[in-house]
Amino acid sequence: MAIIKTDNLTFEYIRRDEEGNVEGITTAVDNVSFEIKRGEFVAILGHNGSGKSTLAKHLNAILFPTEGTVFVDGKDTSEDANLWDVRETVGMVFQNPDNQIIGQVVEEDVGFGPENLGVPTAEIWERMEESLKAVGMYEFRKKSPNRLSGGQKQRVSIAGVLAMHPQCIVLDEPTAMLDPIGRKEVIRAVRALNDVEKITAILITHYMDEIVHADKVIVMDKGKIAMAGTPREIFSQVDKLKSLSLDVPQVTMCAHKLREAGLNIPEGILTNDEFVKALQQCQ
Amino acid sequence: MSIIVNHLTYRYNPGTAMESTALDDINLKIEDGEFIGLIGHTGSGKSTLVQQLNGILKPTSGGVYVDGADIGDDGYDLKKLRGEVGLVFQYPEHQLFETDVFKDVCFGPKNLGLTQKETELRAYEALKQVGIADEYFYQSPFDLSGGQKRRVAIAGVLAMKPKVLILDEPTAGLDPKGRDELLDKLTSIRQDTGCTIILVSHSMEDVARYADRIVVMHKGRIAFDDTPMEVFKHRDELKEMGLGVPGITETMYKLKDAGFPVSTDIITVDTAVTEIMKVLGR
Ligand SMILES: Nc1ncnc2c1ncn2[C@@H]1O[C@H](COP(=O)(O)OP(=O)(O)O)[C@@H](O)[C@H]1O
Ligand SMILES: Nc1ncnc2c1ncn2[C@@H]1O[C@H](COP(=O)(O)OP(=O)(O)O)[C@@H](O)[C@H]1O
Ligand SMILES: [Mg+2]
Ligand SMILES: [Mg+2]
Repeated sequence: MAIIKTDNLTFEYIRRDEEGNVEGITTAVDNVSFEIKRGEFVAILGHNGSGKSTLAKHLNAILFPTEGTVFVDGKDTSEDANLWDVRETVGMVFQNPDNQIIGQVVEEDVGFGPENLGVPTAEIWERMEESLKAVGMYEFRKKSPNRLSGGQKQRVSIAGVLAMHPQCIVLDEPTAMLDPIGRKEVIRAVRALNDVEKITAILITHYMDEIVHADKVIVMDKGKIAMAGTPREIFSQVDKLKSLSLDVPQVTMCAHKLREAGLNIPEGILTNDEFVKALQQCQ
Repeated sequence: MSIIVNHLTYRYNPGTAMESTALDDINLKIEDGEFIGLIGHTGSGKSTLVQQLNGILKPTSGGVYVDGADIGDDGYDLKKLRGEVGLVFQYPEHQLFETDVFKDVCFGPKNLGLTQKETELRAYEALKQVGIADEYFYQSPFDLSGGQKRRVAIAGVLAMKPKVLILDEPTAGLDPKGRDELLDKLTSIRQDTGCTIILVSHSMEDVARYADRIVVMHKGRIAFDDTPMEVFKHRDELKEMGLGVPGITETMYKLKDAGFPVSTDIITVDTAVTEIMKVLGR
């Protein structure tokens, strides 16, 4: 069974004036159907305003479909009885780490989630330790979050979500505010959770080089799914991606241009290693 | 308009337990019409430095000289300076506050004491420059998309016709097309007006493509200050600072390691393509 399944999901934001009359309707997600299998690493791309965040908020029952259905671990998110199960199954990490960290000390912050779930104290400590270790932040457990870099703070946010033992973690542009090293740290942590702990990961990003290792990529355009496939399938379509306001990693672009210049090199080169091998075959 | 930063040191919360030195003996000379990329890890002092350039923060020691005058002097006209050295803060859309887009953009020029007519002309022109269509002028800024809000906030600074335009991580969170459009726009504004641009960025690819000089901050000091080509020769040091080189430069190093006789002094995709074709004898 898929861990996430959306069936013709549509969501409309309705704007009303002071009297409550409808002023405008924005269809932010428009008839979207997809499935994510347990343990997959899925990336979601799309221009600003394409509906990525709106979609993400449906996956842990922050928003509910205007039409259609969202199933999390087989449970319909819009049924009240499923609400807590859904929120325990899927954890969310947002863009700005400063809005997500509330504790004065790192370990305290990570403990909040399980505490709210009513987890016994001894187990809270265990979870805190294992989550901080999973993101490589255990040695910072006694520190004040204010003293951490952006990438470190973001990893603490991820640990906070992990401590609630979700089966799936949704990250909405977690690296948008980070410097290069911070971005690497966060992506490495997410990949480790996915590889080692087998947690399903859904990553929303504008950085094309962060998704070359994803199992699947979904590209959104104006609320709809415009493309879906493996990173190689997606990044083989440079012109289409550009028309959707997106881009490809520089190495992919370089290979694409060499091909246009007449070199016999395949489309959809994703990494430097692949690029070097392809060029060795051209020699 | 020339800016000289002379032995500038800045401490937050001096004399308290919270004291921290954010800038440590900075020396910098910024000439008319340059396009400078300012890079550095989080906390290296980039935002603190740019806030010194228009007098929002005052040096703990040392000084900033604009066209020869010390902006820390008593009686220096800081209001005028803030019109001439325009600073677009990080996430400027959080600072939009007026009831409609047009009013928001008028705020800056109005504050400079311009007439109503001149203010409105400038607001109109600035909104056109950043590509905001007329139909949005009288909408609430809060109803715009994130990318549009960002452009409105930038228009607010452009409307003051600054001679130096500083943008603190203006492309964070923008999609690739929005990012390219904004950076292309800055390039054309600079061509049209001759203004200086200082771009704070976390993207090595962007500064390699757009800037003609890169200043690298590290722990409150300037680590490198040179052309992009020269700066990105310091690959190992940049990595140690939590930065790096553009993706394509890294690719060229990998090719070289694999035995291809390519130059690693390559910082854009187009020059990489030319170099590889040359080396392959095509
Ligand atoms: N709270 C909201 N109220 C009204 N419209 C919204 C709200 N949030 C987002 N929208 C609109 O919904 C659309 C999709 O937005 P969003 O899901 O945030 O896209 P993305 O995350 O891909 O940038 C956009 O047109 C946006 O303006
Ligand atoms: N308002 C503030 N109060 C105290 N310390 C600050 C403040 N703003 C920044 N700092 C500190 O000054 C240093 C430089 O910060 P900043 O200029 O924001 O760096 P950057 O923009 O390169 O990320 C950091 O150590 C930061 O923690
Ligand atoms: Mg979003
Ligand atoms: Mg900053």
